[in-house]
Amino acid sequence: MSIDLKTLKLTPRRQTFSHIARRFGEDRPASRYEEGMLDVQATAHFHYRPFWEPEMELYDPRRTAIAMADWYALRDPRQFYYATYNISRAGMREAAQHNIDFVEKRRLLDKIEPEWRQKVEDYLLPLRHVAWGANMNATQICDRGYGTAVTAPSMFAAGDQLGIAQLIGQIGMDMAGGTGEALDAAKEKWLDAPYWQGMRRLVEDTLVVRDWFELFVAQNIAIDGLLYPLVYTAFDEEGQKHGATAVSMVTEFMVEWFADQSRWADAVIRRAAEESDANTHLLGEWYRFWRDRTAEALAPLAAHVLGDAGKPALADLVSELDGRAGRLGLAA
Amino acid sequence: MAKKLGLKQRYALLTRGLDWQTTYQPMDKVFPEATFEGIKIRDWDKWQDPFRLTMDAYWKFQSEKERKLYAVLDSFAQNNGQLGLSEARYLNAVKLFLTGVSPLEYQAHRGFAHAGRQLPGVGPRIAAQMQSLDELRHAQTQIHTISHYNKFFDGLHEFPHMHDRVWYLSVPKSFFDDARTAGPFEFMIAIGFAFEYVLTNLLFVPFMSGAAYNGDMATVTFGFSAQSDESRHMTLGIEVIKFLLEQHPDNLPIVQRWVDKWFWRGYKVLSLVAMMMDYMLPKRIMSWKEAWEIYFVQAGGALFEDLARYGLRPPKYHEQATAEADHLSHQNWSIFYNYTQAAAFHTWLPDAQEMGWLSEKYPDTFDKYYRPRYEQWRKMEADGKRFYNNALPQLCNCCQIPMGYTEPGDPNTISFRESTYKGERYHFCSDGCKDIFDHEPEKYAQAWLPVHQIFQGHCGGADLGDVLKWYNMNVGADNMDQSVSPDQKLWEEWQNERARVAAE
Repeated sequence: MSIDLKTLKLTPRRQTFSHIARRFGEDRPASRYEEGMLDVQATAHFHYRPFWEPEMELYDPRRTAIAMADWYALRDPRQFYYATYNISRAGMREAAQHNIDFVEKRRLLDKIEPEWRQKVEDYLLPLRHVAWGANMNATQICDRGYGTAVTAPSMFAAGDQLGIAQLIGQIGMDMAGGTGEALDAAKEKWLDAPYWQGMRRLVEDTLVVRDWFELFVAQNIAIDGLLYPLVYTAFDEEGQKHGATAVSMVTEFMVEWFADQSRWADAVIRRAAEESDANTHLLGEWYRFWRDRTAEALAPLAAHVLGDAGKPALADLVSELDGRAGRLGLAA
Repeated sequence: MAKKLGLKQRYALLTRGLDWQTTYQPMDKVFPEATFEGIKIRDWDKWQDPFRLTMDAYWKFQSEKERKLYAVLDSFAQNNGQLGLSEARYLNAVKLFLTGVSPLEYQAHRGFAHAGRQLPGVGPRIAAQMQSLDELRHAQTQIHTISHYNKFFDGLHEFPHMHDRVWYLSVPKSFFDDARTAGPFEFMIAIGFAFEYVLTNLLFVPFMSGAAYNGDMATVTFGFSAQSDESRHMTLGIEVIKFLLEQHPDNLPIVQRWVDKWFWRGYKVLSLVAMMMDYMLPKRIMSWKEAWEIYFVQAGGALFEDLARYGLRPPKYHEQATAEADHLSHQNWSIFYNYTQAAAFHTWLPDAQEMGWLSEKYPDTFDKYYRPRYEQWRKMEADGKRFYNNALPQLCNCCQIPMGYTEPGDPNTISFRESTYKGERYHFCSDGCKDIFDHEPEKYAQAWLPVHQIFQGHCGGADLGDVLKWYNMNVGADNMDQSVSPDQKLWEEWQNERARVAAE
């Protein structure tokens, strides 16, 4: 095919798909995020009721008590579609691997004071099970949610949480000299250690939440919102005093990810709260319930790692999270 | 220095070890769908992970593929790659693909998210989650690939709206709605095995080779890029059926029934592909009959020989599907020619050279049954009496295709079956469709049948104009014959301009 295009001017007959032009109120070019997301989920004339939930349609906004006039108002500020999501994560993960290799090459994990190293094994490695619970919840939100705007980023979040669980697993294997022993020990702690049982109960309780928007608040605001700053900031700062720079390096992915994920979670909550007083009220109730549950569940872990400093550290984080929730329109 | 583990061991540690038996909440509340289909699993650990990908590797591979794909798509758009198509007629295959297939990719994405949450084993759950991500990829990359064509051609601009409403799109939609509303194990057999493993070659090979033969480099690039995902999906499909059959002998009759059902439903959906291959590609790759012979009779035959050791037999009525390969595409194209006023793509009659090809590919049937029909319609066109069917057809209550198929072994008699359920009569195009209904009448009695809905006044009004308006169809542009379409007019302008430029 060889065509001299300079002299052949082709004028598009339309700039984008009609359903998108209707949303814009005019026919103008759309971004790939918009074309790949807007109105992609079917909305009408489903043929059969789900065998697993016959009171609902296949896609049904009634799977949450939150109501939106337009579910596509819940935009992702990162404008992730599949390509941009994967490219973003591949870059972050490559940087993380670089850090891991650096730490391994210089045996920096061996520089951690033995007592603190034990604590790191206690608090960090069982977190892969928390991340796995979060993966199940994110998958559930994609499964039960309504509208591609919020369900697609939820599947991305599921991939992220699996990636985090596996990154922690990799760190755990490195700590045990390349075997799975540290991971096996961490699983026993997850199942039996008293300071983990609050969190395990909390995670298991979220696994049976049926309202997907409540689950969104529980996982993406309350649990992640307290857990990530506690572990990757508060615990990490204490670790610095015990020679644990290596831990900061190998967990930088989580810090970056949490900031990225929070932008999305905040945008969804803020927009849903703006929609109506009823939404604001409900989101606030869910927020306070799951915040209290999470704070309670994390208290023994904070005490185990930080001793007496655990309680005030957690209280500070709760108050910071209340500030964040307040900025999203939720009453603390 | 830490010794490096093998990929398999590393994968097991990073994946299998994540799960635990819950005690604060009962497992059957965490996985409420594990048992209601009657599938018995003795040991989820026996699941063989078909592709041992960890997320870091997934992100890396997939992002590399995306960079390449979008680079090609950008360049295609910048250079007006649509000028390299064989003919404007070809675009009708792309229209069918975007409106019929891309929404199915999205459905697969949500369905695998469901399986990826509901299956109690960690191995299959992660495999399903990755497939869910991949299927979202396919929906989005297809939309992005075709976005450029939408800017220049009709029939693509309302794909989600039409998918939920237009009569023939109810065929693929009802197929996926059926799988999505089933339990998680049936979904895995329906989509993972029957569709992705047994039938997918019949969809993707014609579409992607057809694209290549007809100069559609955007779709070819998408197809190549999707291929490595598809091979993972096929591996998952074969693993799931072997796993279910190995776990407990009681699973065999359940799985066999699903294989029978999903083969037949899938075959009916693919009848749209049959007419694409035989009628819609200006440059043809192979006939439907040839494709069926290679991808179902030979490849499927070998597969079912392999699965015989589990007691599984080939799907019921497969011989009938093979015998019908001589008729399927002709009967389908005739339906669309009849109803071109209500379809969101263009139709035409095969020209003399194309009829020659059809005679050669279908020596036992084309000249005897179908050539005379086309010749008659051509004569009517020439006389200014182009044939339109203005009556609404009876639809099959299972596959939802108008009942235009003939009896096995009797091409002059329409195949017609019926069942009674709760005092109502239901109609079917075949024994396969009737069997599916009879097994779960409570499900199929719910079907949203486009013709019934029109008669009940749920589709914008009683006459065709109202219904087309309700479809958001640009009448005279999206529908009717290719020869009088704005697509064709524009295409000819471009060709004339190219000729003029070349002559300068």
